Amino acid sequence: MSSRSIFTRPARLAAIAPYLWMALFFLVPFAFVLKISLSQTAIAQPPYVPVFDPAEGWDAIKTAFAALSFDNFKLLVTDDLYVLSYLRSLVVAAISTAILLLIGYPIAYGMARLPQRWQSVAMMLVIVPFWTSFLIRIYAWINILQHDGLLNQILLALQLVATPVVWLSTDSAMYLGIVYSYLPFMILPLYATLAKMDRSLLEAASDLGASPLRSFWLVTFPLSLPGVGAGALLCFIPIVGEFVIPDLLAGSNSLMIGQTLWLEFFTNKDWPVASSAAVILLLLLLAPLLLYDRLQRRQLEAR
Amino acid sequence: MMGQAGITTEDVAKSASGADSPNGEPQAAADVPLLRIEAVVKKFGGFRAVDGLSLDVRAGEFFALLGPSGCGKTTLLRMLAGFETPDEGRILLDGKDIARVAPHERPINMMFQNYALFPHLGVRDNIAFGLKRAAMPGAEIEARVAELIALVKLEGLEKRKPDQLSGGQRQRVALARSLARRPRVLLLDEPLAALDKKLRESTQLELMELQRRLGLTFIIVTHDQEEAMTMAGRIGVMDSGRLEQVAAPRELYEAPRSRWVAEFVGDINLFEGQLERREGGHLTMAPRLTIATREAGILQVAEPRQPITKENLCVAIRPEKVKLSRRGPAASDNTNALNRLEGVVTDVSYLGGVTAYKVKLDGGAVLRSSMANTARLDLDAYGVNQRVVAWFSPEDCVVLEQ
Repeated sequence: MSSRSIFTRPARLAAIAPYLWMALFFLVPFAFVLKISLSQTAIAQPPYVPVFDPAEGWDAIKTAFAALSFDNFKLLVTDDLYVLSYLRSLVVAAISTAILLLIGYPIAYGMARLPQRWQSVAMMLVIVPFWTSFLIRIYAWINILQHDGLLNQILLALQLVATPVVWLSTDSAMYLGIVYSYLPFMILPLYATLAKMDRSLLEAASDLGASPLRSFWLVTFPLSLPGVGAGALLCFIPIVGEFVIPDLLAGSNSLMIGQTLWLEFFTNKDWPVASSAAVILLLLLLAPLLLYDRLQRRQLEAR
Repeated sequence: MMGQAGITTEDVAKSASGADSPNGEPQAAADVPLLRIEAVVKKFGGFRAVDGLSLDVRAGEFFALLGPSGCGKTTLLRMLAGFETPDEGRILLDGKDIARVAPHERPINMMFQNYALFPHLGVRDNIAFGLKRAAMPGAEIEARVAELIALVKLEGLEKRKPDQLSGGQRQRVALARSLARRPRVLLLDEPLAALDKKLRESTQLELMELQRRLGLTFIIVTHDQEEAMTMAGRIGVMDSGRLEQVAAPRELYEAPRSRWVAEFVGDINLFEGQLERREGGHLTMAPRLTIATREAGILQVAEPRQPITKENLCVAIRPEKVKLSRRGPAASDNTNALNRLEGVVTDVSYLGGVTAYKVKLDGGAVLRSSMANTARLDLDAYGVNQRVVAWFSPEDCVVLEQ
């Protein structure tokens, strides 16, 4: 019995630790954000009303509750600025994810087929750029893409263009930055599924008359779909909320929701609208997350 | 067991034997073996996994490649399937060299050791995989798959995924899938290794029955000699990339050609020695050799068919051919019991059907004997430390050159 009490307690603690973590660092902050999103902006400290103050007693809190409203959400779904920001974020994330998949899949596939000792080298090559700060790498891209930057110098030297091309502050630059930054998040889950795939399955497919290309489509690709899903979500979700890359590399004529949120919060000092924008973003991202969760659960059940 | 499923299996048999195989191969002429392996070499770096191996396999044969792990048998099988390309030599199927033909273009199918079932496809789609690649009309595929599912008795499980099946069921799916394209040769790589003993034994019989009924050519790779002997018509024993001996099971066991084969297949007692003299060879007496062994004294053995060329010989005798008694053989056995060795029983293992004895001979060697337990009550059983006479006839000995 004594051994039981020794082992079950830490085990139980370990089991609830993630929930505690989630409650403390996600649910509680989210409750704050949700409350602010239902408040009204005010020139005050903090810059919104009502404020819950437990010191003023139960009745004051009840009146404060009554003052909460969904006005900010109504504004967000009716004002074109916000709707377009959301749409642009989703479109940018979708296109980026598609490009990432097209580039990342062949790389992951190639890595998985390397001899064992070269696989870890390739893995390092994918990860090493991340030892440099993300911001420094984006600024490096600004350097490369600017008017008299490296890219234009090379293009001019090779006489591929006559005058410098405008790269910076375009969508192309933004997509380049996003794809560059998120590629490892696409490659690593894809590599993980492709590397553990049983090679005898491909031999079986070819034994049964499938050419190498057909074997890929009929066996390798379907079996790598969990990795495709994981990689796509791992990229899609943060790209939707991406702020730094579009801000530094894209033009200023259309904004992603992350940028809009930043503007509302820091420039307009409108915390309630910024908070409700964040809440809606979270709800939007919940859908793909639940989808992924369901797919994974189905796979586990099949096992 | 699978014999009762015989609805349309004649179909399978008919086309498997050539007439309308999917690849339209002509029927092999009687004198050309279906499969001829000629001086094939496969190197991995400096290691010669298959080392100048030649072998003919006839149509309709059940052939087993037997050998210890690492002997090259799986490499040979993979070359037949097309997963490895020989560095030297030819592989002829119906007289045509297929050594460099891609696996998906060969009329040969393989059943993989781990079955290699497609985990994302159900039983039906796994079996239909090869048929769809052969551009067969849908209705025909349906019919063929249904027939195969009946053949391996998986009715009702068509939609199950491989991970929802038992090991034995997976093995059947793999078998049905590899049979679906009606291959000229079916390769089986340790097909029963993953099954438990009872299931393995019944599946051995089913495989034999299936092979005989469909008239297919099977080449099986195994390290289990009992399995090879049970199923195969001929066995090729491999060691270090070469075929040591190709023979029917009985010949392999009773007339091994080398000391290595003798020791690899079954249990055996070996006594090294020199040829002393040769006698007989006339009407009243078969030719007989007398061999002076280091540990078992003078032994009389029947002269082997192929002439002895070397001085250093090895006398081999299987344990079940060595009889034990307390006071020597009965008078009626006298002519057979020319070899008599005395010793003390050191170990007795009762194994059910037989009892295995180890006898420490006075000459120093340990002799193994196994005797059938023919009666339920054996008052005559020998115990440890019992002094016994072990005897065996010259005809039961095999003489091997060192």
